[in-house]
Amino acid sequence: MTPVKDIATVAEAYDLIVVGAGPAGLSAGVRAAELGLSVLLADENPTPGGQIYRAITTTPVTDRSILGEDYWRGSGIVARFEKSAATYAPGCTVWSIGPDEATPGSFELGLSLGGKARMISAAQVILATGAQERPFPIPGWTLPGVMTAGAAQIALKGSGIVPSGRTVIAGCGPLLYLLASQLAAAGTEIVAVLDTTPRSNWSKALAALPDFLRSPYLAKGLKLMAATRGKLRFLTGVTGLAAQGEKQLGGIRVERGSRVETIPCDALLLHQGVLPSVNFSNAAGCEHYFDEEQHAWLPRLDEWYASSVAGIAIAGDGAGIGGAESAALRGEIAAFGAAFRLGKLGESQRDAQAAPVRAELSRRLRGRRFLDLIYKPAPQFLAPPQDETIICRCEEVTAGQVRDAAARLGVTGPNQMKAFLRCGMGPCQGRLCGPTVVELIAQTRGVSPAETGYYRLRPPVKPVTLAELAALPATEAAVKAVVR
Amino acid sequence: MRTGRDSADVVVIGGGIHGCSTALHCALRGLSVILIEKDHAGRHASGVNAGGVRQLARHVAEIPLSNASMAIWHDIANLVDDDCGFSSDGQVLVAENEADLAQCRARVEDLNLRGFHHEEMIDAKELREIVPAVSEDCPGGVISRRDGAAIPLRATQAFKLKAQRIGVDVREGVRVTKIEHDGANWRVVTDAGECLAPRIVNAAGAWGGRIAADLGEPVPLEAVAPMLSITAPLPAFIKPVVILRGRKLSFKQFGNGTVLIGGGYLGRALPDENRTILDWSKLASNLKTVWELFPIMRGASIVRAWAGIEGRIADELPVFGRSAKHEGVYHQFGFSLHGFQLGPGAGAVMAEIIATGRSNVPIDGLGIERFAGSH
Amino acid sequence: MFRPMRERAAAAALNFTFDGRPMTGRAGDTVAASLLANGIVACRETPVSDTPRAPYCLMGVCFDCLVVIDGIGNRQGCLVPLSEGMRIETQHGRRQFGEALS
Repeated sequence: MTPVKDIATVAEAYDLIVVGAGPAGLSAGVRAAELGLSVLLADENPTPGGQIYRAITTTPVTDRSILGEDYWRGSGIVARFEKSAATYAPGCTVWSIGPDEATPGSFELGLSLGGKARMISAAQVILATGAQERPFPIPGWTLPGVMTAGAAQIALKGSGIVPSGRTVIAGCGPLLYLLASQLAAAGTEIVAVLDTTPRSNWSKALAALPDFLRSPYLAKGLKLMAATRGKLRFLTGVTGLAAQGEKQLGGIRVERGSRVETIPCDALLLHQGVLPSVNFSNAAGCEHYFDEEQHAWLPRLDEWYASSVAGIAIAGDGAGIGGAESAALRGEIAAFGAAFRLGKLGESQRDAQAAPVRAELSRRLRGRRFLDLIYKPAPQFLAPPQDETIICRCEEVTAGQVRDAAARLGVTGPNQMKAFLRCGMGPCQGRLCGPTVVELIAQTRGVSPAETGYYRLRPPVKPVTLAELAALPATEAAVKAVVR
Repeated sequence: MRTGRDSADVVVIGGGIHGCSTALHCALRGLSVILIEKDHAGRHASGVNAGGVRQLARHVAEIPLSNASMAIWHDIANLVDDDCGFSSDGQVLVAENEADLAQCRARVEDLNLRGFHHEEMIDAKELREIVPAVSEDCPGGVISRRDGAAIPLRATQAFKLKAQRIGVDVREGVRVTKIEHDGANWRVVTDAGECLAPRIVNAAGAWGGRIAADLGEPVPLEAVAPMLSITAPLPAFIKPVVILRGRKLSFKQFGNGTVLIGGGYLGRALPDENRTILDWSKLASNLKTVWELFPIMRGASIVRAWAGIEGRIADELPVFGRSAKHEGVYHQFGFSLHGFQLGPGAGAVMAEIIATGRSNVPIDGLGIERFAGSH
Repeated sequence: MFRPMRERAAAAALNFTFDGRPMTGRAGDTVAASLLANGIVACRETPVSDTPRAPYCLMGVCFDCLVVIDGIGNRQGCLVPLSEGMRIETQHGRRQFGEALS
């Protein structure tokens, strides 16, 4: 299968457009193509794999023991996708989705590839845009030298590069240990791993412990922790962090209760879990709700991952954090759903074929609840207590400014906040500030994040150049359409 | 749980800039006011428009209200304790060719005859001094020097907050379901209780037509969704707001460098769902105009696009003034994509009419009675 | 800031410039990764306060990796593959107008 290089060669319409070439998208694309749908899979990265299987077809890290077998499992999915009849458009950003006015019930998606934009029609859409790291706003997190743990993984997988100086990894969650072991194996000088897991989470997590003990995570987790803890300096019970430096990172100030120390370092990698990427599903008009246990906004979905907008399904970590293998299984189920809605298979066929996939999915998800509960970040890492901490990186708005707007001006949610502050109006469209703004308003007003609500997003979900939009070709349908 | 009065001197329906301004000005005159808004103040057209504070190119019937409003804009911080992000660098209407320019000239002459001097002709040389980035082909235009722009959501919220501070009972998230006569009063029934007042103001924007219809005075109003888009920050290259005569365009660069592009291209409005749907092919036409007129913008990136829900009346003029049928009912809606600048002044004039029975500011041609005969 | 790990597969070397300085990168790397591998600390200054920033997430979410590539600004360096002869520049504050006007 040849990847699309010129957007002019993409068809005007498809049965199914899948957005995202991670495990969910690839798997949905394969299954849908097998069921006879015409499929376009568009992804903004140059090669397939999403984040978890980033660079799986091109990685220069040839020693398989460094990235681990879980990573290499991804080559199977990619290989199946490459053999499928789906059309693959890499380096293609999908920036909008809306009703196709010429074909009621269908969708019109805005795509950009190679500096050119086009509107493409789809009868069904599966959003597989995955997850992003939960924002981790600490004082100084905008300094050059501070990055996410995911960024270090991407640098390693994609380019075989590691931080060159003294590196500190901080936060909580299983990825912390995985990254520490991968980077250490690749020769990084890790001077400390700082664990911010709140000690109080253990009692809440105990209820979910039996499931966790039966899950695949336990074995993996124990192995990873054993690999890292013995060799690296590990500090637990971290209650406060601040990155220090003038124009770039010079050190990290660590508080563990009343104990304070500063660790000089050149690179700081932050991680406190991942959240579903909701920008696209939000802009598409799908309903979301705030899930207390995952402490995240999730799309409202049925058992086929169909959202509240008929014809749009959401698969993978974008549906709720479940990990790579779950993502692939959800992608398949979403594909079955889409195929059924298009009449490509009957209801009992659909249910029968999906049954074993569901069983495997349920096994894979066992133990997630324990991880969600134990790794829920402490309040001070969700909403920084220091007023001067920047919480909107794009527009440089501070935590103090948000708290002030909530308290003094009576702002009840992030959308009203836009009357006074520019949070959410920068290019990232709230990806790095939204959860923090919600948390700050909620904490200040003494209400839940669910009551506070989230940004009301609109397309374009990624910037499009004026040149591309001005040159947008009229679709045949638009030309024939009656002038409104 | 509502705690507040059950009655007031005035009930204002709608928390856009018009409703909030009228509520504030009524309260400044000593009247007790309840303001009812179904979402939050500035949720719709008032909060998401281009922010143009414009006298330029207005219909003659609106100019007196516009003059009253402009005086307030230039001293807005004294009224609402917030500068609302208002800046005044003028607004320029660019003529794209000689025919355009001739029409501009005719218009300015007509205004002058009527005693209005806020619009002035500018030649090609002055045009390029004021708007250096404009295409070389443009032969001149019209400028309204006291015009400018403000931040719409902030301005609307500022009016609301000031109104609250001086005692207006603002009820957000409350929807009016019915209006009934009750002796000398009007009973305004909502989904959170009812209130009584001898005077009510229908400032319900795109939903104002329904209220008017329920009161037996339908008007030809359509809910429309004018689209806007905004760029990532660019180096400062233009100070005044620019509009075109021939084609639809409005164009404004903020202090932070972002450029706001509008012009009244319509998406689709779904007023019952508080939702709008963007029309990308129309936005493409909008942006193509920018491409042609401002070559310097060709490398810009659009980071956001949106559309508000606005009420447009068939003759492109608002309904403003007393009801034609009912004592104690006043209408202030249907501003047809150009109501933002009028808000502050219209509220002052409406409050004057309510409190004293009349206003010195002429509002001929804007009354709801112009639609009375057509049913 | 970053350096190659001990053993990694070879790939074609690509020549590019950053703020006029000649550098080499690796075929298959993104612009952002190439800058990090060449020890670049900051790739832009913010439009709000001219504060130096560097890539933060490397996955297209943070928009801190914005650079000017071949005269066009506001490019997310983490999403653009490096190519031979690319001219990459620090994005100073607001995006400049660039050369591509046609």
